[in-house]
Amino acid sequence: MSGANTPDRTPDRTTDKMAQDMEAVVDHAIDAARRAGANQVDVLLVEGDDREVRVRGDEIEFVKQAQERGLGIRVLVDAKEGRKTSIVSTSDLAPDAIDRMAEEAVALARATAADPTAGLPEGGFAREIPDLDLFDPNDRNVSLDARIEDAKRAESAARNFDARIDNSEGSQASSGHARVVYGNSEGFLGAYASASHGLFSEPIARDGDSMQRDYWMTSGRRLRDLDDAAAVGRKAAERAIRRLGSKRVKTCEVPVIFDAMTAPSLIGQLVSCLSGYSIYRESSFLGDKLGEKIASESVTIIDDGRLPRGLGSKPFDGEGQPTRRNVLVQDGCLKSWLLDHYSGRKLGMDSTGSAARGTGSAPRVGTTNLWLEPSDKTSGPTLEEMIAELDRGLLVTELIGMGFNSTTGDYSRGAAGLWIEKGEIVHPVEEITIAGHLGDMFGQIDRIGRELVFHGRTAAPPLRVAQMMIAGE
Amino acid sequence: MSASDSSNDGRTSSSERALAFFQDRFDLDDSSLATALDTALERQIDYADLYFEYTTTDSVSLEEGIVKSGDRHLEQGVGVRAVRGERQGYAHSDDISLESARLAAGTARAIADETRPHDPVAIRTPRGGHDLYPVATAPTDVPVATKVDWLNEIDAYARAKDPKISQVMASIVSQYKHTLVVASDGTRVADVLPLVRLNVQVLAADGSRREIGYQGAGGRFELTDLRDPARWQKLVDEAIRIALLNLEAEACPAGAMDVVLGPGWPGILLHEAIGHGLEGDFNRKKTSAFSDKLGQRVAAEGVTVVDDGTLPGRRGSINVDDEGTPSKRNVLIENGVLIGFMQDRLNAKLMGVEPTGNGRRESYAHVPLPRMTNTFMLAGQDDPEEILKSVDNGLYAVSFGGGQVDITSGKFVFSASEAYRIENGQIGAPVKGATLIGNGPDILTRVCRIGHDLALDEGVGTCGKDGQGVPVGVGLPTIRVNQMTVGGTEG
Repeated sequence: MSGANTPDRTPDRTTDKMAQDMEAVVDHAIDAARRAGANQVDVLLVEGDDREVRVRGDEIEFVKQAQERGLGIRVLVDAKEGRKTSIVSTSDLAPDAIDRMAEEAVALARATAADPTAGLPEGGFAREIPDLDLFDPNDRNVSLDARIEDAKRAESAARNFDARIDNSEGSQASSGHARVVYGNSEGFLGAYASASHGLFSEPIARDGDSMQRDYWMTSGRRLRDLDDAAAVGRKAAERAIRRLGSKRVKTCEVPVIFDAMTAPSLIGQLVSCLSGYSIYRESSFLGDKLGEKIASESVTIIDDGRLPRGLGSKPFDGEGQPTRRNVLVQDGCLKSWLLDHYSGRKLGMDSTGSAARGTGSAPRVGTTNLWLEPSDKTSGPTLEEMIAELDRGLLVTELIGMGFNSTTGDYSRGAAGLWIEKGEIVHPVEEITIAGHLGDMFGQIDRIGRELVFHGRTAAPPLRVAQMMIAGE
Repeated sequence: MSASDSSNDGRTSSSERALAFFQDRFDLDDSSLATALDTALERQIDYADLYFEYTTTDSVSLEEGIVKSGDRHLEQGVGVRAVRGERQGYAHSDDISLESARLAAGTARAIADETRPHDPVAIRTPRGGHDLYPVATAPTDVPVATKVDWLNEIDAYARAKDPKISQVMASIVSQYKHTLVVASDGTRVADVLPLVRLNVQVLAADGSRREIGYQGAGGRFELTDLRDPARWQKLVDEAIRIALLNLEAEACPAGAMDVVLGPGWPGILLHEAIGHGLEGDFNRKKTSAFSDKLGQRVAAEGVTVVDDGTLPGRRGSINVDDEGTPSKRNVLIENGVLIGFMQDRLNAKLMGVEPTGNGRRESYAHVPLPRMTNTFMLAGQDDPEEILKSVDNGLYAVSFGGGQVDITSGKFVFSASEAYRIENGQIGAPVKGATLIGNGPDILTRVCRIGHDLALDEGVGTCGKDGQGVPVGVGLPTIRVNQMTVGGTEG
């Protein structure tokens, strides 16, 4: 395909009527903004439909059907010392309503200040739109009844798992389809469609005075990628039951294992400190660490927007740049920030294809499919082996609260989990906190599990941190 | 983009203005509303309602000394609900004028197969009601140029205050929301809700150490009320003070200790520890740690906790909830005894009690749930200084970030953004990163002193539940809580 200033129309534009209509709306909005006086403009249009059902006990408790659409217009107006920017959004797609919004956007932009860094990317747009297998056309026709059936199977498997499961918050199934069209005044116009399906079960276990909830879930781009509904319910029930009889432990310093449900939050927190915005604002504790060792040698962290069927996959980012595989941390060494066009320019670097954008907001940096590499498939430890190896410590299965400061790295969160003595689980634990410094925690990762399963956009195998402070009794 | 009705001429209530707005703009007259509801009632259901919303939000933000962007967002749509027993059908669309009848038919069909004859719906508008937040100028009508000048003044003021301040970020967020609820019993209620917020965040740097200080303020009042320099300069001073203080802060101790919570924002303790657990849905389903505790002692003597949606101008206040029920002052805990839950219509009906005006939703795209409004503990009689002196060694927590609760186990956490050690009854060194954790049903039984200095927060709280955010307020007098677990790093 051609260079920066020629229209970079994607070759595989769908001929579907709806897609054509959407592209016409985007084209109209770009023209309207230019007519109103914008020097640069980009437009994001998202249309989607969602269905959600919840079954609790024997009752179908909730059925939701929704259609949503949103149009976001960003305009830039040239000024002496840079460009002035505004963003407007609406769900009213009538041509005259779009014309009014475009005029308003230009007036709003003129009222703001000139920013020497502001501007759209002038090239580097996605030249092809790879098929990332983000939906299965057969799933389009899935009936509400079929999803209700899934929720019922999960709920009944959870409720029947054990006599101590006597209640629940219900089991929920959802299916959504979305279509995204992004275009800009620099000649890029691209579109893609995606779907996501999920099933979530949250049973409650009771034994005497102790009442505990827990959950399990499955999600995917295609219905056939979801785990069996009954297995989801059983797993959720098993997790709730094992929390019965939870107690506090004495304040102490011990090794801590994060399981596959809690470890991803650590990866997400670390990577939030690699966003170009927090780097140029000097508000990340990792701001001066590019190229340096920030984690133990066994830690490699990757963000890849092009995994087939990935829940975070998309062919291009929120500014039309191709998504790609970014190795952020390799063998413990910090290799890359995550950048969109603006934060890249602030730092004198190229975008990493990491612009995330909603219709109502400016691009910001976001992750796509983010994970920490597991250890060797055969010689690496399973979670069970990691537990068996531990003389005394904590397995964390749930974290609550917001206790992480990305400017300082200080970490302190509420935790629940299982207490381990001499390689055996001795009792469940709750009402404790675990605290440390995120940088030290990554430096102290001394064991990494071999299984990696995506339950969402971010995944990690079980991880062991050599020592953390636990506050309890 | 905002509507011509946005200024209050002083003669009409918020409800009347909102009603006129939807009639004029979307032709939502009595007969079209009745038709939509009639369509739903053809099925064997208990109840249906329509919720119309038209919201304008704008935000102007500054960083690096530049007002880099202005945003303006328009959100409009209708949500339609049908209810039968515990079962709810919900649908929403962004097409206000045409879609409600079609959606109503679909949602009713989704939850009930059987049809039945019914009386036609007669629309009526109840008289009177609260008018807690009239404004002369919609905050979204305040010129952008005024907001830009204001942010520049904030930037200059903050940078001149202390050479250690290396970054200033500030934003002004304005919202003007019109709502209309029409229920299948014919009740029609409308409201206009202004909401404003000023945010100031500074970064202080000293050598290699960096700390952020944040302060914000807001509520349902004239945006120009915050324009008073005496008011916004105090916010900037606070943000700077917190950032500089945290530059000096030491590591936080870990373990169980006596804790003194300061007045105002630490009321988030009530919100997390007991508020969520007293929401009607969890208690109807008996999934809350407070289920079956009605009439029992859940707090020390002297502790009275109230959820009050009727406070004029507060961020958590509402004239009516999002199901059309007028807001109320609801006493949850009276002198230590649990006496009431917060209810929406569905859960109130299933529990055989009256709705309490707590049925709230984030937007037309969300179903109403029992939610808090402004939740606070009434003042006691103790002198705050004496409360601090009563503690030998412990923690004094003055301000907090976010919190979270597990409704079923009752375990909650919240994180301090400003806290100090207490040593021999005196305020000692500042500590950073303190997280407090406890058990909802027993935390308030360990309150042993209650100050006379009740304060409400500055108006920046947003509560999340089931993926829906709604604005809330909290409040607390200075209190002492014995033996809370403090999550620090120092053994």
